[in-house]
Order: sequence, then structure tokens, then C-alpha cells
Amino acid sequence: MSQQAISNRHGEQDLIGRLKEAQAKFGHVSEEVMAELARSLDIPINDVYGVASFYSFLSTQPLGRNIIRICQSLPCYLKYGQTIMESVAQEIGIIPGETTADGKFSFQLTNCIGLCDRAPAMMINYDSHVDLTPKKIAQILGTYK
Amino acid sequence: MTFAEIQSRAKAEWAALEHGDKPRILIGSATCGRAAGAKAVLEATNAALAQHNLEANITEVGCIGPCYAEPLMDIIKPGRPRICYSQVTPEIVPWLIEDYIINDNPHSDLALGTIGDGSLDGIPRLFDLPMLKPQVRIALRNCGTIDPEEINQYIARDGYRGLVRALSMTPEEVIEEIKKSGLRGRGGAGFPTGMKWEFCRKSPGTVKYIICNADEGDPGAFMDRSLLEGDPHAVLEGMLISAYAIGATEGYIYIRAEYPLAIDRLKIALRQMTEYELLGDNILGSGLNFHLKIKEGAGAFVCGEETALMASIEGKRGMPRSRPPFPAQSGLWGKPTNINNVETWANVSAIMLRGTAWYASYGSDKNKGTKTFALAGKINRTGLIEVPLGISLKEIVYDIGDGIPDGKRFKAVQTGGPSGGCLPASQLERPVDYESLTEAGSIMGSGGMVVIDEDTCIVDVARYFLAFTQSESCGKCVPCRLGTKQMLNILENICQGKGKVEDIDLLLKVSQQIKAGSLCALGGTAPNPVLTTIRYFQDEYEAHIKEKRCPALVCPELISYYILADKCQGCGICLRACPTEAITGGKRMVHVIDQSKCNKCSTCLNVCPDRFGAVVKVSGEEIKVPKKPVPITVSKPDTYTQR
Repeated sequence: MSQQAISNRHGEQDLIGRLKEAQAKFGHVSEEVMAELARSLDIPINDVYGVASFYSFLSTQPLGRNIIRICQSLPCYLKYGQTIMESVAQEIGIIPGETTADGKFSFQLTNCIGLCDRAPAMMINYDSHVDLTPKKIAQILGTYK
Repeated sequence: MTFAEIQSRAKAEWAALEHGDKPRILIGSATCGRAAGAKAVLEATNAALAQHNLEANITEVGCIGPCYAEPLMDIIKPGRPRICYSQVTPEIVPWLIEDYIINDNPHSDLALGTIGDGSLDGIPRLFDLPMLKPQVRIALRNCGTIDPEEINQYIARDGYRGLVRALSMTPEEVIEEIKKSGLRGRGGAGFPTGMKWEFCRKSPGTVKYIICNADEGDPGAFMDRSLLEGDPHAVLEGMLISAYAIGATEGYIYIRAEYPLAIDRLKIALRQMTEYELLGDNILGSGLNFHLKIKEGAGAFVCGEETALMASIEGKRGMPRSRPPFPAQSGLWGKPTNINNVETWANVSAIMLRGTAWYASYGSDKNKGTKTFALAGKINRTGLIEVPLGISLKEIVYDIGDGIPDGKRFKAVQTGGPSGGCLPASQLERPVDYESLTEAGSIMGSGGMVVIDEDTCIVDVARYFLAFTQSESCGKCVPCRLGTKQMLNILENICQGKGKVEDIDLLLKVSQQIKAGSLCALGGTAPNPVLTTIRYFQDEYEAHIKEKRCPALVCPELISYYILADKCQGCGICLRACPTEAITGGKRMVHVIDQSKCNKCSTCLNVCPDRFGAVVKVSGEEIKVPKKPVPITVSKPDTYTQR
């Protein structure tokens, strides 16, 4: 039995996977994309929106080319993660939840990313950055285009 | 090729590697190692070897545990013991290559310890060190030793022999074996694994699923990431054994998107299993059919809850539902489903290989085997550990973790993430097992242990956890959605000095309502951090509420900074550094902080030279200082005598 057969037998539509694909392609999940997915999967658009808005890795708003996710979990908090958030905010001039005007960075806070042994930590896109200090921030951000 | 042929080839390859005439170099390349610079170490190693025209077998291995000492590099010279070097930098690599590989000086100054057989003068045996001596490696048996992207290395170390043994038994016998081992779910709840399998096996239906829960999300927990990055086949073999025992033909690994390296290594592992006919139809000619898929999460903590996780696999919002029906009766797409977490599966493959008596020889009466923990927070040796159940918290914090940095005092250890609690020094002798931690008001949880020192405010920690559960509540149950918000508001008020005497009782009351009125464990355990901190640290709550004082000097609204007139040298460093221009002063003038402008950022305290020590932080008291800058009357510190 092929993997495809498994999917079809239960009508598995993999809506989350499709939304992620759309996001990877267009940078976010737009209303048009959600409408198109609803049509092709034959499900109500509010179900698609419900899923798209539930998960923090999916965004219904346009995002920057690079997504900064600073861990706000306890181990990072105990190692002064707050100062990292302030440094990033200062460096790129936006606060968590915003995207820079040039579309280079989106700034988000995230829950534990499992890098607690080297807190404070953040992810930019899928790259891990650890043992952060305010002084390291400008150099790290400078490596992203 | 039969499994016996695969195995004998893998063992021959491994023996050639282990007993060959080339040196071996192992580089810890899990996320922790990579983040610490393992890739640069790898490049430097290749460059140094090329420069000296040397050949060596380099293996990128998973994490052996002492993440604080990463990057780790092990060198095994033929006929010599394996030496583990810590905090290796690209600058150190050429010395190690030249001095040890070429000139036979093992650089004991840079070595953490030797591993395995043999010893060297001046270098301790790694597993005799206090941090590793109490540890037992069952789930992590191969982490740091094998190449996780090479199935042959897993097979060479007896991998998949547990599966072969299981296939020679009846499914019922396999379940009996797991029951006898005493293994309990390592995801946190501690439900007996064999019994869970039996429910699922006995559920009527021809299509059954098994799911690996790799949606590790507790703040401070990274055990499952490390295990999947270091030895994915240990987990996958466990899943195959369970598929056979339960009669499942399809399975999923639900893994969080935040773990890209673990996902990559799982994909490689699945491909290699398929090549060896360890996945697909008629596995190893046994008639077992099993298909396995990876499902990546999309960033939702609640999806670690089993019913929410299944909803997410089905492509829906990750919202929990009521049980019964339990997943074993009606789970994924309404079919009988068995869910275990990553570590549980890795124990299953070990048990089937080495037997129940061996496994049950570790641990205590009702808590057999080992448990992995992630040590983080205010502790000297952060990292991943695996210890027999029943070990005391004290041994973990002080022997393995080497206590608190900077000579600070231990305040509490937080176990079980947002579902757990903070246990104070009086509980340190407590054995770490499911019942004991529950009795103390916390839970075992998946294995995060965050150590908190005297500089941490316990009310602030409780506030932090409520902020977490409040934002991660899926919103389905009103007591969880609104109750956590109310608790958070109360805790924020207390931290801001706006707490009322009746708030503690109110917190206790709302806690009971949230516990009683929530469907899933996220809501059902959300009040635990508050309940345990009230239980053990009520005096700190009361200091905040009654005296408007934060004993740990953390809560910004309750602390003040002052510049001491008899210590200030008028150097102006703090004045220039203050981001809110709250400090006034002048040359040889005592500087003064305008309390109405101060944002409590602590910059002045941090920049004031240690030899002056003129800035103090206090809570609940006022220090008498000049209202505006006045000339300095004390002499300079070189002639200044301490009172």
C-alpha cells in the first residue's frame, strides 16, 4: 500500500501542510489562498481560516523575509532574555508582532524552542542562535539579507 | 538480504571502524553542539588533518549530555582510550591534532574525561565524574556514540534486535513483556505502557494507528529533541515493536516545527529503514506491515495533549476533546490509536533487547527504569541527563548539576513545566518518581528541570507560567480560557504592588475551578505553578501584598535604585548610561536618581564600577540620599576605608 493510499482512504486533506506550503511560497496565507484552498478541498472557508489562525507558525498577515523568534520561556527569562528582546527591538526599530517597513524582518516572541541549555536563545527562520548577549545581536542580524 | 546478513555486515563495518588503524574523531553535532560552534570545529578539523596529510574517520554524533561544555570532540587513537575534549574551538583543534594525534600528548588540560575501556594518567574517566556517575544510559544509550544518520551503526550496536526478538513472540507475549518491565509513560502522566497497549490491542477494528508524540513544548525541556537528534532509530524501533504488539499498520510521528534538525534526521532514518525493509509491507519477512509518516506541527503547545495532537494530524485546529472515548478505543480518524512519547519508545526497544529483569533492576518499586531530564536555569552544568528513577532532587541539582552559579543560594527547582510546580530546598531529599513529585504538589512531567536561585522572584515565576498557559490555552473550556486570564491578572497586580490580602484565597479558589472545569491536562494542571508557590513560598506572596516588597528584588514596580552619597565618586558613568535621563549630577558631585523618571532597568547598578559600589537596589525601604546633586565630601576609594 502506498503512502498516497493511506491519505486517500481517510480523506486526509493535510490542510496544515497545504497552508504551510502556501506560506513558504507567498510569505503568508492570504485571504485569496484560503479561499482557493477551501474551494479545492471542498470545505468552508471559515474552517480554513480557523486552522490558519490557530497555529503560531502560520500567519494571515504578510511577514518579512526573515522571521526572528525570540524565546520567552522561563530558562531564557532567567538568563535575561528580556535584554535580548530590547536589543533586537532597538536594532531593527520594531516591537514584537511587527514587520520592518523594508520587509526584511518580522519580530515575534515564541515559547520554548528547546535550546534552554544555552539560554537565552532565538531562531531566525530555522537557524538557532544561542548564548545571546545584547552585543551579539547587531552582528547576527547583519548576516541576514 | 536477511536481517542476519544486514547485521553481520554492519558489525563488520563497525569493527573495522573501531579497530582500524586510523584515528577516529567524534564531534557532538546535535542542535546544542551546532549552536555552540560544532560546524566550525568540523571545518577546522578537516583543515588541520589536510595540512598534516593525515587521515581520520570523522563522525558527527548526537549529544552525550553535558551541553554546557559544548562543543565536544572525542578523539580515539588506535589502541588508546576515547578522550572527550570540551569547549573545543577552531583555535584549539590544530593543537589537538598536532599534539595528540601526531605527537601523542593527550592534552589532559583540555580533556573532560575518557570514555569506555582504558584509562590515561591525568585524565579522569568521564563516567566516574560526579556529573555522570549517578547516570544510567538506557534511552540515551547511543547518543554521542553513533552517527544518527547511519542505520548501520545503530544495527551494529544491536539495534533492531529487539524487534527481531519481538517478532519471534506472539503480540500478547510482547505486551506482557512490556507490562512486566514496569515501564510507564515518559511523557509525564506515567500511565503503564503495557496496559495502554493492551487496551488498544483489544479494541475491535482492523485499522489501528500508533503515534509518536514528539511535540515537546514544556519550557525547559529538550530531552526528546536530543534523543531524536542523537539516536532516531532507538525510537523508531520501539514504534515497530508496538505496531506488531498492537496490530497497527500505520503510524505518525508528530514533531514540532521548531526542531528542524530532528526532523531531518528522522527523514533520513525512515529512508534507510525502508531500504532495509524495516518499513513497508512484510517487514523482515514477518508478515508485519507498517507505514510511518512524519507530521510537522505548526507552533501550538496544546498539541502535545493527545486528543489535540490527533486533531492536528487530521488537519484541524489542535483542540482537545473529552475522554472517554480514549484514543485506544477511538483515536485518529475514529480508529483505535496508541500514543506514546519519544522517550517511552526508546525504552521499549531497549527492554525488548535486554529483557524485563535487566530493565526492572533500575529504579524503585513502582518506578522502574530511568528518566531523562533537561537541566536548565540557574545551574552550573546545564544539559541532558538520564538517571534511575528514585534518585533524589538533591543529587540531580548538586552532584550532577554542580549547584548554583556565582555562589548564590538555591531557591527552588521547577519540574513538569507549566503543569508542574516549584519545589523548595526542604523538598530536595525527595526521591524523583511519579508519586513522590505529585505528593509534593508538582509532577514528573516530560523532564524539564529549571533551577531557580535567590535572585528569582517566585511570584514572578508563577506569573510567567500563567502568562504561558493563558496564551497557549486553546480556548475551548471557559474555566481554562478565562480562569487563567483572571489568575494572570491577579498575579500581575501582586507583582506590581497592587495585590490585596484576599488575593491568595481567590487564587486558590479559581485554581480549583480551573482544575475541575477543564477537559485536558493543559487546563487541569495550569494552576499547579501557583498552587505550589503558595504552598511553599506564601511569605513571598505576603511580602508583595502586605509590605509592597519583592524579597528577590525583581518586580520593577516594587524596587528602587539609589546612589549612596558616601560612595558616589561623581564619575558620571551612570549618568551617561541611563536610558531615561533619570540621573543628574556633575563633576565631583553626588549623583541623584529621579525616582519618577527611573524605569528600573538596572543599567546604573550594572555600570557603576565595583570599586565604588555606589548604586544599590532595594525593595520596601527608602534610602536617605540627597534630593539633588551635592558636592562629594568623602575621599577617593584608594584612601577610603570600609566602615
